[in-house]
Amino acid sequence: MHETSIALAVVDQIIRRARQDGRTAVRTVALRVGELAGVVPEALEFCFAQACEGTLAQGATLTVEAVPARACCSACSSRWQVGMPPDLCCPVCGEAAAHLLSGRELEISAVEWGGEAVRVPGPEEPDPCAA
Amino acid sequence: MCRMSDLQQAVLAQNDTGAEVLRAELRERGLLLVNLLSSPGSGKTALLEAELTLARERGVPVAALSADLATENDAARLARSGAPVKQALTDGLCHLETRMLARHLVQWPPAGTRVLFVENVGNLVCPAAYDLGETLRVTLASVTEGEDKPLKYPVAFGLAQLVVVTKYDLADAVDFDEGAFFANVRQVNPGVEVLRTSARAGTGIGELLERALEAAADPAAVHVPVMAREGGHLHHHHHDGEVGGGDGDGAEHGLGHRHEHGHEHRHGDLFQAIPR
Repeated sequence: MHETSIALAVVDQIIRRARQDGRTAVRTVALRVGELAGVVPEALEFCFAQACEGTLAQGATLTVEAVPARACCSACSSRWQVGMPPDLCCPVCGEAAAHLLSGRELEISAVEWGGEAVRVPGPEEPDPCAA
Repeated sequence: MCRMSDLQQAVLAQNDTGAEVLRAELRERGLLLVNLLSSPGSGKTALLEAELTLARERGVPVAALSADLATENDAARLARSGAPVKQALTDGLCHLETRMLARHLVQWPPAGTRVLFVENVGNLVCPAAYDLGETLRVTLASVTEGEDKPLKYPVAFGLAQLVVVTKYDLADAVDFDEGAFFANVRQVNPGVEVLRTSARAGTGIGELLERALEAAADPAAVHVPVMAREGGHLHHHHHDGEVGGGDGDGAEHGLGHRHEHGHEHRHGDLFQAIPR
């Protein structure tokens, strides 16, 4: 059940970002989880609340967007949804897929912050929302 | 002020960056890491003991690190080969992470060791998600586990750079349908090589070592699974340095780091620099 480790990694990154941007609370965290990321979304949701406890992300809601796995064939240019268990050979010509188009995502796509934002001094990347 | 931030951050960026750093470091040391994944009881330790013994006989310096939740039994078995062996206890954690592994690789194995076999925790789910800085990832399945194992654990088999069938001497006794197994492997990982081995009968012993030495000689020739390729790139090599959102220590110490100026530093220091 490595979802505990995954949840801790998510919270760790959120907190680091919050400190960097002077955020004090987290309302929602949106994740994108590919079908072939090897993570069970339900288990992740279960672990997330615990991982948030006692941090500034306490009480945050997790939303998980499941991303279907898709592959493409270089021999005949087909693109297909690989399904589960995945079929990584081309359904049209039988060749091995060239690569995945999607399905291995395990990423934090967005965070909705709560509380009052406090600007922190120091060089940072520009906040696209600041304008 | 906008309350949303678009992050697009890989959750395991820190582990993946650490793995890249470790891979580069080990390359400097002339040490190749082989990550072995399988279910509990699939015969990993027996095969590894045979491989280590053969390597010792051939004078190839190898070492092994065995990860388990508890007990040092596997390390004791592997040590009979005479090769340097370490036991990593994960204290209940179901998988190894780069940071945990790296702690064991400070001034170990001894200089001159060419191949380090890492026997991951017996589990085909969790360890599959963690790059450990290996150059060769091997997934094993015994003939007693059923032909559909690759379909039940598609990520573990889909990311394997080599698949090893163990306990091959029992194939007939358990009506192992080899054709079906090979077809299932191909479905999730077309093009990957499958080795047949039996530690008890001595079948295929030495082939794993040979593949490891081939990978050390030419890492670029190692099979790249479809599942590890995204947009025509290796999944491994996606990280451009800004991942993790932190202070970037790990990334700055990344692949570009070379020891041309002849200094020596303790390799473990790098991993202490990676933010937790």
